[in-house]
Amino acid sequence: MDSILIQLLNGLDKGGAYALIALGLTLVFGTLGVVNFAHGALFLIGAFCAVTFQKILTISKKVLDPNITYFDAYIEQPYLELWFGETGLAVIDYAVPLSIIVTIPTMMLIGLTMERGLIRHFYKRTHAEQILVTFGLAIVLQEIIRHFFGANPIPTPAPDIVSGSAAIGTWIGLGENFVYPWWRLIYLASATVIISSVFAFLHLTTFGMVVRAGMFNRQMVAFLGINVQRKFTIIFGLAAVVAGVAGAMYAPILPPDYHMGMDFLVISFVIVVVGGMGSLRGAVAAGFLLGILQSLASMTVVSSLLPGIDQIIIYLVAVVILLTRPRGLMGRKGVMED
Amino acid sequence: MNIFKKQSDLTTILVFAAGVLTMPIWLDPIGANYPDLLQKFVIFGIFAVGYNILFGLTGYLSFGHAVFLGVGSYTAVWSFKLFTMNVLPAMLFATLISGLIAAAIGFVSMRRSGIYFSILTLAFAQMFYNLAYSVLIPITNGETGLQLRMHDIRIIDNYFSDPLPGLPSTELFGMSMNGYSGFYFCAVVLILAFYVAMKIFRSPFGMKLKAIKSNQHRMRYVGSDTRPYLITAFIISGMFAGLAGALLAVTDPLAGAERMQWTASGEVILMTILGGVGTLFGPLIGVGVIKYLENIFSAINEAVLHNFFSFMPLWAENLLVAITVPFVGEGWHLTLGILFMIIIIFLPGGLMEGFQKIKKRYLTISMKDSESTTKQE
Repeated sequence: MDSILIQLLNGLDKGGAYALIALGLTLVFGTLGVVNFAHGALFLIGAFCAVTFQKILTISKKVLDPNITYFDAYIEQPYLELWFGETGLAVIDYAVPLSIIVTIPTMMLIGLTMERGLIRHFYKRTHAEQILVTFGLAIVLQEIIRHFFGANPIPTPAPDIVSGSAAIGTWIGLGENFVYPWWRLIYLASATVIISSVFAFLHLTTFGMVVRAGMFNRQMVAFLGINVQRKFTIIFGLAAVVAGVAGAMYAPILPPDYHMGMDFLVISFVIVVVGGMGSLRGAVAAGFLLGILQSLASMTVVSSLLPGIDQIIIYLVAVVILLTRPRGLMGRKGVMED
Repeated sequence: MNIFKKQSDLTTILVFAAGVLTMPIWLDPIGANYPDLLQKFVIFGIFAVGYNILFGLTGYLSFGHAVFLGVGSYTAVWSFKLFTMNVLPAMLFATLISGLIAAAIGFVSMRRSGIYFSILTLAFAQMFYNLAYSVLIPITNGETGLQLRMHDIRIIDNYFSDPLPGLPSTELFGMSMNGYSGFYFCAVVLILAFYVAMKIFRSPFGMKLKAIKSNQHRMRYVGSDTRPYLITAFIISGMFAGLAGALLAVTDPLAGAERMQWTASGEVILMTILGGVGTLFGPLIGVGVIKYLENIFSAINEAVLHNFFSFMPLWAENLLVAITVPFVGEGWHLTLGILFMIIIIFLPGGLMEGFQKIKKRYLTISMKDSESTTKQE
């Protein structure tokens, strides 16, 4: 029972990351009609925003170690600590949550540049060409990251106060052995918040209403004298922000390395297709669903029954869904049908 | 469509064969004349020619073709381990088994088209890749990769002769497949494969595939069921890939699952597109360009660059080295990505389209010239 609950939480966590990337992919596809294979790279850049932010905060100066007196020993001490003492250390400790403040404008800027610089020229090209050019872009971005940060995963710890585990078991009366890392809970919560705010933005604001109308019938909205293109470009930026924040928050869970974007992209694409091309709700639902399925499949009970199922469950589900429900779980009629 | 259009098929294949077999001579001046690289040219040439039968003719973008390359390699190595070091059975088994797997994957994937087809093939490729590292480890030997061992049974070889000390090498009736003999063997296979591909391009079957690419619905309206043709094309290109995988194992009897990763499928797409999709020679040009550049770029390091720019003043030298260093050595993939983006953005038809454009411009200029001279007269 405990292990099922733990795996359920793990699944929700993974699903949160998948859903956030898939949400952005679907937004871009639904508005601009572009299949963006570089979306995983945006997730990657987000994660490395957190890494960079932490690296900048911990730029250090070599100072004499006061504890060792019989020879000159140097230790690295961050400038922030030298200048601000305890406050500085606290800031360094909170590097990952604080990096969100930097990540949002950076990702917005990157998203807008990408849309105006490249994606714009591919509206009218075939989907195959869109896939290929963004695939090329993804390779370029990933290699740039590798050039600057190397090929090894970079550990990016969460703040000390949440580095332990939460005693969920005692809260709900399941015993003290049932614990779960705090940061993963925070990640799950923030994924929920981000997803809800995207939906709120689309459904409760005028901007969102226009965007939804534009997704439904772009030409008609343009006839009303609204600059649809500009709104859609901003949506691309928003999708980049969502992916970037997801990446930055995921850094403490999975130390970022340069190919993490591609790893998540493939799965997210499968999720978008399972959820139904162009359906935002479908993307989110399929993200969580497949995340949970993947976690449950990795339990020892299941994998002893069906060895290797945890490795292929996502793809297996995708194949079955695509063959039985061609439009995906919640796909609308007439979107991307041959 | 290609520069040999007016000649007969026979001339084309003869010229092609001559071109491939003399590669050690005409590639010598650009420093590409050594067996390892030459083998790569021809083996990936087979892979790309096969991929082009699917993507070039039907327009179906498969993201899972590396699976067949990997399956081919594994089958070939198992054939070396179990039966004989002779390469022919290995190639036969590899082609057949990858054909079977292609039939299974194609049968399912071809039920959808467009991006759904790409995702389905990608999903199958990921399944095979992940399984190779988990459940299938007894067959694939996991991360270590499958390789020959001293105590392999090798039924046929050991029946006829006592095993010699040391690891045996792959052979074709006593001829070792290392170095240039390996290259010439692969080159002959490439020529045969190219001949088959050319025949397919020019056959009614090829015409049907092209018709599917241009308008599948219309094909259906005129009463032609497209599905068998598509599946056949998928199987054929899968068999080509399996053959290429077997040849990789022939020249170096070691198979690893990284050959099946989806980025490897991406590579063959890059090669095909760079050269020119749907043209006979385009994919081969793409393979040549990419493998040659890869060979050059990944060998360069900072010292070489300093040497290269040493004629300049020191500050300029350091600046240029600092600019170019991310693009060489480990950074070769960065160069590849940029090159690929440039091709897709400006020249979606690949280098072949570029040649055509240049040729057309040259022709129109010379025609105008001749017109103006006639007017003057």
